[in-house]
Amino acid sequence: MAYFFQQLLNALQLGSIYALIALGYTMVYGILTMINFAHGDLFMVGAFFCFLLAVYLKLSFVPTLLLSMLGVACLGVIIERLAYKPLRTAPRVSAIITALGVGLFLENFTLALSPYPKHIPPLLKNVTWTVGELSISSLQVLVIVLSLGLMLILDFVVWRTKAGMAMRAISWDKTIVPLMGVSVNKIISLTFAIGTGLGGAAGVLYSLAYPVIDPYMGIMVGWKAFICAVVGGIGNVRGAMIGGFILGAVEILVAAFFPSTYRDFVAFTLLLVLLILKPYGILGRPQPQKV
Amino acid sequence: MIRAKTAYRTWRDRWRRLTARKYFWPAVLTAGLAFSIAADKYDFVDLYVQLIIIYVGINIILTVSLNLINGYMGEFSVGHAGFMAVGAYTASLLTVYAFPPGLQQLLFPLAVLAGGLAAALIGFLVAIPSFKTRGDYLAIVTLAFCMIVKSVLENIDAVGGPRGLLGMEKLTTLPWVFFWTALSVWVIRNLVYSNFGRGVLSVREDEIAADLMSVNTRQVKIIAFIVSSFFAGIAGGLFAHALQFINPRMFDIIKSTDVLIMVYLGGIASIAGSVIGAVIYTILLEILRPLGVWRMVFMPLLLVVLMIYRPRGIMGLRETRLFEPLSDLATITLWRQKKKEAPDGAP
Repeated sequence: MAYFFQQLLNALQLGSIYALIALGYTMVYGILTMINFAHGDLFMVGAFFCFLLAVYLKLSFVPTLLLSMLGVACLGVIIERLAYKPLRTAPRVSAIITALGVGLFLENFTLALSPYPKHIPPLLKNVTWTVGELSISSLQVLVIVLSLGLMLILDFVVWRTKAGMAMRAISWDKTIVPLMGVSVNKIISLTFAIGTGLGGAAGVLYSLAYPVIDPYMGIMVGWKAFICAVVGGIGNVRGAMIGGFILGAVEILVAAFFPSTYRDFVAFTLLLVLLILKPYGILGRPQPQKV
Repeated sequence: MIRAKTAYRTWRDRWRRLTARKYFWPAVLTAGLAFSIAADKYDFVDLYVQLIIIYVGINIILTVSLNLINGYMGEFSVGHAGFMAVGAYTASLLTVYAFPPGLQQLLFPLAVLAGGLAAALIGFLVAIPSFKTRGDYLAIVTLAFCMIVKSVLENIDAVGGPRGLLGMEKLTTLPWVFFWTALSVWVIRNLVYSNFGRGVLSVREDEIAADLMSVNTRQVKIIAFIVSSFFAGIAGGLFAHALQFINPRMFDIIKSTDVLIMVYLGGIASIAGSVIGAVIYTILLEILRPLGVWRMVFMPLLLVVLMIYRPRGIMGLRETRLFEPLSDLATITLWRQKKKEAPDGAP
């Protein structure tokens, strides 16, 4: 039983990272109905920022986290301005392909600059507490608490502030909202900044938890986070969090009780079954098709 | 300037008359086949160039077949590499373990065909969720399928697991690639302009309306998925025997992304676009090879710039006259003439 709870703790750690990344997908989708496939690679850039700041500038944990988030957020806004904004009226798939292109660019640019996997130095002293048979590391607690905190802040921003209201309004109807005096461009930039900033934070936390980083790490994690967003119902912020924890739990528990190579197989089969049972995700609303 | 224009026009008209001839396509195909057989037999083409031509052919098959689903049917499938993997593994297992060593050359088309059929069977299974789910959710279904295929292959030790499968002879030759490429382009082009193809287009434009107009949307989706995955499987079989080595990681999401890029670079719903996209992408990657790592930095940038200035790709939703059926061509010419005569009023 202790083994189970131990794995559950690991699942919570992985799930909170997935959830943070999935939030970026889902926020951008909610506002632009566009899948930002470069998001996984922005997560990777966040991890590399963490590496640069921690190794070359020798910063401690808090400034590293904040600066990485800021850097990735700026990068996200720049990408939105340069690559996605001209395509806002274009067919949806061209925006998706552009996003794939941006993602490839980020991967290979990073690869060209740093061809070898990098090792992140431990930024914090890791303490392990033993509660009963459970051993809890301070790193796990930090990852879980920090991501939950960020998610709570995000939930507050989306549901309780004016900017959040504007975001929800834009995802509801894009033509009416500018008539109400809301600057759509600013809100979209803000959404990108928040979403990619969370992705950057996830990159830092991920590289603390699994300290070897390489330029291609964002692909698999990114696609999995995208799956989380869809499982929760894409466009739905709370759904993305739920989806992240579900996928994290499934992956860790499968790896704990079966050979770990079955992990992806079982995770994706479960996903297929879930999508067949609930075709619009857990919290997603079926969109009525107009004739 | 004017002389250049008239010269261009006369040459264009000559070209059009030539392509409209009844014997144009048979002649082109025979010439291509003869050239590929000769190149294979007498080695007057550099082996490296031959390999690139083989890759171009394989990529054309992949792109044209994916365009049937993503372009003509308007879904967003990202699982093409999965179908390719099924075809590659089926064909390789047959040639490595089942076929007697002496008859490899002779039985190779059967192996490729079997790969295609196996992929088509899987394609049929993937088509079933597409009845209910559409758009991004269907994209996830195909994505999950692609990852499931990869992880199943990684877990079967009999096919080498994560190490991959070795021991294929180099059976993919230029004539075979030419044959399969021409076959896939021909089949899909004819499908698209058939009655069934109109059904596919109607599913893209409006599924409910198509249903009301008595298009059997389920049947259309199943057939489209089967045909598309069949050719992906064929491409996989050819790919495995060109490279003589496969492992599950070759067929992951990155491979699917490659095919997607070729489809949207060439333009959706266009056979000519698919061919152009596959040729340009493959050859450009080879030309840029001296740049090393930086070539993969410039290629995506090029793609992004192209998408911003030409969001529909090179040939999006248009077709060259070469692939247009003659009856359609006559209608278009008539329509253009009428438009010329009465520029203000719509014909």
